[in-house]
Amino acid sequence: MSLIAAHRLSIRLGGAEVLTGVSMSVAAGEIVTIVGPNGSGKSTLLRALLGILPSAGGEVTRKPGLRIGYVPQKLHIDRSLPLTVRRFLSLPQRRSEAEARTALERVGVPEVRERQMADLSGGQFQRVLLARALLTTPDLLILDEPTQGLDQPGEAAFYRLIEEVRSETGAAVLMVSHDLHVVMSASDRVICLNGHVCCQGTPRVVSNAPEYRALFGLGTQGALALYQHSHDHDHTHDHAHPHAHDHDAAEHDHV
Amino acid sequence: MFDDFLIRAALAGIGVALAAGPLGAFVVWRRMAYFGDATSHAAILGVALALASDLPVGLGTLAVALLMALTVSSLAARGWAMDTTLGVLAHSALAFGLVAVSFVPGVRTDLSAYLFGDILAVSAADLVFIWGGAALVVALLIWRWSALLTSTLNEDLAHASGLDPDRERLILTLALALTVAVALKVVGALLIAAMLIIPAAAARGLARTPESMAVLAALIGGAATLGGLQLSLLYDTPAGPSIVAAAALAFAASATLGKLRRT
Repeated sequence: MSLIAAHRLSIRLGGAEVLTGVSMSVAAGEIVTIVGPNGSGKSTLLRALLGILPSAGGEVTRKPGLRIGYVPQKLHIDRSLPLTVRRFLSLPQRRSEAEARTALERVGVPEVRERQMADLSGGQFQRVLLARALLTTPDLLILDEPTQGLDQPGEAAFYRLIEEVRSETGAAVLMVSHDLHVVMSASDRVICLNGHVCCQGTPRVVSNAPEYRALFGLGTQGALALYQHSHDHDHTHDHAHPHAHDHDAAEHDHV
Repeated sequence: MFDDFLIRAALAGIGVALAAGPLGAFVVWRRMAYFGDATSHAAILGVALALASDLPVGLGTLAVALLMALTVSSLAARGWAMDTTLGVLAHSALAFGLVAVSFVPGVRTDLSAYLFGDILAVSAADLVFIWGGAALVVALLIWRWSALLTSTLNEDLAHASGLDPDRERLILTLALALTVAVALKVVGALLIAAMLIIPAAAARGLARTPESMAVLAALIGGAATLGGLQLSLLYDTPAGPSIVAAAALAFAASATLGKLRRT
């Protein structure tokens, strides 16, 4: 059973249909990445799954009692709002000192506890956001372009952290990313979105799919080669499948 | 020593400061300064309508301020260009209010009481209204504090935490209308927004957490009330503007202190 799923979901924003007939799901423990060009509805899909946007057709189902940790795309903290990291972690639920310390240590920034949020570097800021999301002991982490504004080493380190968190806590991860290289090496499954689901499957399947190549060109083969040396074990299917019907078959081979 | 009316004035001002300080912090964080202007300028229209229909002024003010706050807040939710919309609404409300007041016989003369406040004429009944309203605002803010703060930070984040940002915005709107109704007698329609923004802005430089900023804003507002009244007593200046001037001096001091500390 999947943790969260969209069934033929359509979303309208300001009169325009941004998403049409999107079906997708995330199973326990897997890392799923949504890729797609700008304006393809990636953030819209996340916000619809979170229940922020009303559906114009189709539905979103969640496993009962599902706990979601969410890291939004842009969190601008106004300079006029004084907010320490410690205080931020307790929003809205109060967290104990021990919980806060553990979460910050987990994401590798225990030293920022008493700093102002507005004074953090980009990497520290994203890690604190992740720490706050982890405090809900989530079954599913939803991250909207979590490495925006990080340099390349920072980005790589952040994705490594997400993978560590997944293997420690067993939380599934659903994220939006721009960086195809990282996507291909750090995801179990990729969903290629452009107003609708163009194709989805394992990174290898997706990067060979004609729909994906039409969107991103052929230049991503290098990324795939990098990816393959560490993931070169059997996948239950190797063909491109343009729609959402049979990805469940691929769920177990990374756990 | 202190005359009775001075004690009432001080109590009235402190009551307003207690509500306006923490609420003002939200006004500053959410960049709602113009929103406060529009709501408080609408109060003059409320005064005119209340006087024309023989209703209590407090009730008329509250009703019209609430209507204006709800209008502005729903326009904001629909994504109107807020700077322009608020500018239009704030000044139209004031203009229509002043025009409407001129139709009510006998008010023309003490219009300045509504524009700049008449804190030295606060009655015991006024005090009950002010402290009742202020207590309600403070209670609302304490009750919803965590949810309000999360929604202020980021509405998506609040949504994902199971909160309803629209409801929190409505609560702030309600608190704002209440504060305007309560503060009209003390600082007047033109300067209510100043009592919201200036103490909170002065507190910003000295605070490390949202809570300390809210408490400091209330304290600075209270101190400004006492300082302004003193000023008014010594130099025979208008009380409401003197209070705001004292708050502005506190802001200048806090900004200077902040700058010194950083260098």
